Amino acid sequence: MPELKISDLFVTVETEQGTKEILKGVNLTVKSGEIHAIMGPNGSGKSTLAYSIAGHPKYTVTGGSITLDGEDVLEMSVDERARAGLFLAMQYPVEIPGVSVSNFLRTAKTAIDGEAPALRTWIKDVKSAMEGLRMDPAFAERNVNEGFSGGEKKRHEILQMELLKPKFAVLDETDSGLDVDALKIVSEGVNRVHAANNMGVILITHYTRILNYIKPDYVHVFVDGKVAEEGGPELAARLEAEGYDRYAKAN
Amino acid sequence: MDQHGLTEHTHSSFVPLQIRSERPKSKSITDFPAIDNRQDLWKYVNLDKLAGLDSDVLSEYTNQVSFQQVSGVGFAWIESTDPRVGSVGIPEDRVAAATYTNASRTLLIEINSDQTEPVFLNISGDSKEASALHILVIAKKHTHATLVLQHQGLGVLGEIVELDVQDEATLNLVSVQNWDAGSTHISAHFAKLGRNANLKHTTASFGGDFVRITPVTTFAGAGAEVEMNGVYFANSGQYIENRPFVDHASPNCKSRVTYKGALSGAKAHTVWIGDVLIRVAAEGTDTYELNRNLLLTDGARADSVPNLEIETGEIQGAGHASASGRFDDEQLFYLEARGIPESEARRLVVLGFLVEILQRTGVDSVIEQMTAVLEKKLEER
Ligand SMILES: Nc1ncnc2c1ncn2[C@@H]1O[C@H](COP(=O)(O)OP(=O)(O)OP(=O)(O)O)[C@@H](O)[C@H]1O
Ligand SMILES: [Mg+2]
Repeated sequence: MPELKISDLFVTVETEQGTKEILKGVNLTVKSGEIHAIMGPNGSGKSTLAYSIAGHPKYTVTGGSITLDGEDVLEMSVDERARAGLFLAMQYPVEIPGVSVSNFLRTAKTAIDGEAPALRTWIKDVKSAMEGLRMDPAFAERNVNEGFSGGEKKRHEILQMELLKPKFAVLDETDSGLDVDALKIVSEGVNRVHAANNMGVILITHYTRILNYIKPDYVHVFVDGKVAEEGGPELAARLEAEGYDRYAKAN
Repeated sequence: MDQHGLTEHTHSSFVPLQIRSERPKSKSITDFPAIDNRQDLWKYVNLDKLAGLDSDVLSEYTNQVSFQQVSGVGFAWIESTDPRVGSVGIPEDRVAAATYTNASRTLLIEINSDQTEPVFLNISGDSKEASALHILVIAKKHTHATLVLQHQGLGVLGEIVELDVQDEATLNLVSVQNWDAGSTHISAHFAKLGRNANLKHTTASFGGDFVRITPVTTFAGAGAEVEMNGVYFANSGQYIENRPFVDHASPNCKSRVTYKGALSGAKAHTVWIGDVLIRVAAEGTDTYELNRNLLLTDGARADSVPNLEIETGEIQGAGHASASGRFDDEQLFYLEARGIPESEARRLVVLGFLVEILQRTGVDSVIEQMTAVLEKKLEER
C-alpha cells in the first residue's frame, strides 16, 4: 500500500535575522486513500511543511526524512517529486505572464506521463474537468493565474490536480477565499479525484466548514513546527470551539 | 507585490535628465557633429557598427518596401519637401538627420477609415548598402487602425517613422525588427498625439547585429494616452538599444512605458534609456515607465536608465522602475512542482515574460511568428 511518510522532519529558512528553525520534528504518515486534515495557528509551519514536501528551494531540511513508497523524496528534485506522484495545491498560486493555461496544462501532463496526451481525449478531459469546477472555458486561453481572483486561482489548482492525477496531494488552505458555492464545487472536485485515484490527501485548513464536505480520517493539530495532537474528525470541532490556547500554554 | 524575483530599484526620488527638452533638432546632417562615444546619445554604441548610416550620402530604400492596398488606407510616395513631411518630428541626432536628408521621397500612409484587420508594411532588405527610409503615417481623426512594420532580410537602414495620430484617433503601431545577422537598423520614431488620441506603440527587436530605436511621443492635445511597449532578445554579439521618450506637453495625458528584454550569450548587450518629461503645462499627467531585463547567461550586459524630469507639481502620478536579474524562482518552482523539468520551466518562463508584450499588440500573426523566433533564439547562445 503506497504511503507518504514524514519522520522527525526539521526544516529551517534563511531570514534577514539569520537561520530560523520552523519545523521541529514533524511525524506524519499518510496512506493511499486517507484524508488527513492539518489545523493550526498562523505561523505554526503548515505551509512550510507543504513546501518542504514539494521541495521548495527556500526551505532547508536539516533533519529527518520524507519517503514515498519507501523512496527518498528528499533526494528528488522538485519536478521529480511531482512525477513521482506528489502534488501541492498552493496557498498563494503564482502568476506566470505570457504562459497560457492550456499550454501549461498540456506541458505539465506531458511531463508527468512521460508522453504527450492524445489530443482528442485531452481536450475532452480538460473541458469536462473545467465544467466540473464551473470554470469558464475562456480561462484556458488566459495566462496562468494572471488576474485570476483568489477563488479562481484555487479552482485552477484543483483543476491541475484532477488532470495530473497525483498519488498524494497537499492542499494548502484551498478553502480560503472561496465563497460558499465555490467551496462546495472545489470540495466535490477533491472528492472526485480522491475516489477515482485512491489519492491520499493532506488538507491544511483553518476552518471546519470544508470538513463537512471533505471528510477527514484524521485531524492533526500543528503547533510551533510539529504535530501537537492527533485525533479523529471530532478534534476539529473541538478546536473550533476552543481555539489553540491550550497548546500555546503547554509550550 | 513584485512577482519577479529580480533586483528591483523603484526610485522614489527623480533623476534629473540632461535637459531632454533642449536637445538640438535639425533636418540637416551638417548641424550634427561626427558621432563619438563622448556624446551622451551614442555613449554605449560600438561606432564600427554604424555601418555608414552616419555618413553624408545614403541610398534610398523604396524598392524594398511593399504593402497590400486595402480600402480606407492610402499609400503614396511623396516628395520629402512636402510640408507634411517633418511635421511630426525633426531629427535629434546625426543618423536621423542623414536619413532625413537622403530620403528624397517619403512613404505617406493615410488611415482614412476604421480598419478591422491589421495593415502590414513589409520592409525587406537584401544588401548591406547604407540606405534611408522615411515613413509618415497619418491616422485621421476618429479612425481606428493597426499598422505593422515588418523589417526583415539583410539591411543597413536609417529610418524615420512619423506618426500623426489626430484628435480622437486610435493607432496600434507595431514595428518588428527581425533582421538577418549582419544587419544594422537605426530608427527614429516620432509620434504626435492630438486631443483624446490613443497610441499603442510596440517595438519587437530580435534579429540584426545592431538595432537602435528612439521612439518619441509628444502630446499635442489634452486627454491623450500612449502605451509604449517594447520587447527584445539579444544573443551573443547582438546590440539592441531602445530610447523611448514621452514628452508630456499637454494636460491630463497618460503614458505607460513597458519594455522587457532577455539576453543570452557572452557578448549580448542591450541598452534602455527611458525618458519622461512633464512640462509646466502638463497638469494632471499620469505616467509610469518600466524596464525589466532577464540575464540568461554570464557575460551579457543590460544597461537600463529611467529618467523623469518634472516641471510641474500638479501631476496625477509619476513613477518608474528598472530591474535586471535572473529568474523568478517562484515561477520556476510553480512549474517544476507540476512535473515540468527545470530547463523546460526556464524556457516557458522566459518565453512568457517576453511573449506577454507581444500579446499586447493583439496581432495574431506577429504573436505566432515572433514566438517561434524567440523559441529559436532561446536555443542559441
Ligand atoms: N522565507 C521566509 N522568511 C522568513 N520567515 C519565514 C519564511 N517562510 C516562513 N517563514 C516563517 O515561518 C513561520 C511559519 O510560516 P508558515 O507559512 O509555514 O506558517 P503557516 O502555518 O502556513 O501559517 P498560515 O496559517 O498563516 O498560513 C512563520 O513565522 C513565517 O513568518
Ligand atoms: Mg500557510
